[in-house]
Amino acid sequence: MKPLPRASAAIVQPTPNELALSGQWTALGIGTLDHQLNTLTVSPKAANTDVIVDGSSVEGIDTVGVWLLQKFQQRLHNEGHRVQLRGWNPRFSKLLALVNESPAAPTQLSPPSTAFEKIGLDAKAIGEQMTGLLSFLGETAVALVSSIAHPTRLRWRPILHNIRSAGFDALPIIGLLSFLIGVVIAYQAADQLRQYGANIFVADLVGLSMLREFAPLMTAIIVAGRSGSAYAAQIGTMSVTEEIDAMRTLGIPPIEMLVLPKIIALIIVLPLLTFFSDVLGVFGGMLMARTELGVGFEEFIDRFDKAVSVTAYLIGIGKAPVFAGIIAIVGCFQGFRTQGGADSVGRQTTTSVVQAIFLVIVADALFSVLFSLVHL
Amino acid sequence: MSDRADAKTVIDINHVATRFGEHVVHTDVNLQVQQGEIFALVGGSGSGKSTLLREMIMLQQPDSGSIKILGADLQSLDEEQAKALRLRIGVMFQHGGLFGSLDVRENIGLPLREHTALDDALIDEIAAWKLVLAGLAPETATQYPPELSGGMLKRASLARSLALDPELLFLDEPTAGLDPASANGVDELVLKLRELFGLTIVMITHDLDLLWHVADRVAVLGEGKVQGIGSMAELSKMTHPTIRQFFDGPRGRAAAYISDKQSKEQTWKQK
Repeated sequence: MKPLPRASAAIVQPTPNELALSGQWTALGIGTLDHQLNTLTVSPKAANTDVIVDGSSVEGIDTVGVWLLQKFQQRLHNEGHRVQLRGWNPRFSKLLALVNESPAAPTQLSPPSTAFEKIGLDAKAIGEQMTGLLSFLGETAVALVSSIAHPTRLRWRPILHNIRSAGFDALPIIGLLSFLIGVVIAYQAADQLRQYGANIFVADLVGLSMLREFAPLMTAIIVAGRSGSAYAAQIGTMSVTEEIDAMRTLGIPPIEMLVLPKIIALIIVLPLLTFFSDVLGVFGGMLMARTELGVGFEEFIDRFDKAVSVTAYLIGIGKAPVFAGIIAIVGCFQGFRTQGGADSVGRQTTTSVVQAIFLVIVADALFSVLFSLVHL
Repeated sequence: MSDRADAKTVIDINHVATRFGEHVVHTDVNLQVQQGEIFALVGGSGSGKSTLLREMIMLQQPDSGSIKILGADLQSLDEEQAKALRLRIGVMFQHGGLFGSLDVRENIGLPLREHTALDDALIDEIAAWKLVLAGLAPETATQYPPELSGGMLKRASLARSLALDPELLFLDEPTAGLDPASANGVDELVLKLRELFGLTIVMITHDLDLLWHVADRVAVLGEGKVQGIGSMAELSKMTHPTIRQFFDGPRGRAAAYISDKQSKEQTWKQK
């Protein structure tokens, strides 16, 4: 930003050991004068001379000006000069004395960390986060087991609320996106299949890819962005405003109150959403197959029945609870890690979404390896 | 600084009226603050002191009436003039208003970095010095606001409001939520600032000690108007119920008693 125009500060050197200051020696008026002050030399050969700093035409001075002046005096002093202030307006005297009264903090700035140090710190942070996540997982598992043992202690109201907000409210967006994915798959395949006259195989393609991979993965990613982030933001804000601490002192375990309902709700809801995504995705593909490839609905369903086994469907649906667990745990964990203020809430929310999506895709890859090992 | 001498009245509020929908906050507020004064604004909750403060620091506009700050009429300012005026005003918010993503030194240096052409290194030095002036330990420089205690937060916020050496300083509840020792520290700090920089200070406070010992003049807001204005000693003789609540009741009497005793001790010493 441009500094505002002011009667800026100036310094002239009428004789080698006299300096005349003028103008506004204020934060806004000084501009880049400090460079000039730093390089200014006073009769270098003759040490032990008096240097006169004349301030008679200084119009104003503030702490920044005083600070600069003091630094300059200090430098001259170290070079062996004696400094005399002359002609300063008495109304500046209190300010001029201020620097000597309360000397500044020795600005012990920690030296910028080296690349090596940064790698170490990052590794340490990642390690801490991993152990943190692991212990959070443990705590949650213990709480989950104990509340399954005593089902009356489960909080049904928040569970139902979460089912609604993470599940029912997500239906339109998941439906629309799945439908579009189905359309895109069929459309992309249409050209290739037509070349070989294998139009009918569009049912295999859409069915298998949707049911096994796209539906569970897409649903999980949308829910991670929608609900995982909301979990992190909610718990994060609560911990910033001491609500979590209040909960603990009231004898309500936050994990039972905040985490379990979310995990349970998401584990119930994500498979259902995945099924919804399956239906809409296949429907999208079906529609495209008819308009692009001339495969009618009946033919499509007929082929779909033969091509896609129940196993493929179950594999897709089976992944969903695992993804749900990942999303809910990561979201809540990042929420609890929030410390400090608004800034931290934002950061943890971002981290929760990135980590949840990352882990969901990694888990999906692991599933693929696993299923190929057992020939499914 | 040159234009200080001719402008003796720093704040001039005339016939200010404010309402939020049906709710009337101010009907007719008039008050003047002189240069170099420590002026306190008191009133019960809902009396509109925070609204008046927000109007004075250009965060809100009154519905009618005029407010002049440092000789400038707030209604008729354009963007540039408003900015120039803002640079001459410092504000310490009740909860600090420090930026959580910056450490204390960066918070204090931010106005300098934004509005001046000074070097980064120099700004850091000055910020560290302001920190010490505000009574904070040098180690606080690299801490982040959430790590600070309430008293430290207020001091850091004060240091930031002083970054550009304002001529006029607004303090919103400078001692609220502080322990007595820290509150005393703030009392002294306010007095020291006035002495050093010749600042005009306007504060909102309920702290009776601060009112008795630090404030030169106090304005009591109530029912949309200034109900009384003067030093605490003068106000204590007034009979308006809004004013009485600051003197009657155990707290009011205790603060008045201590203040009275101290002034007597001082006169004895002088004799």
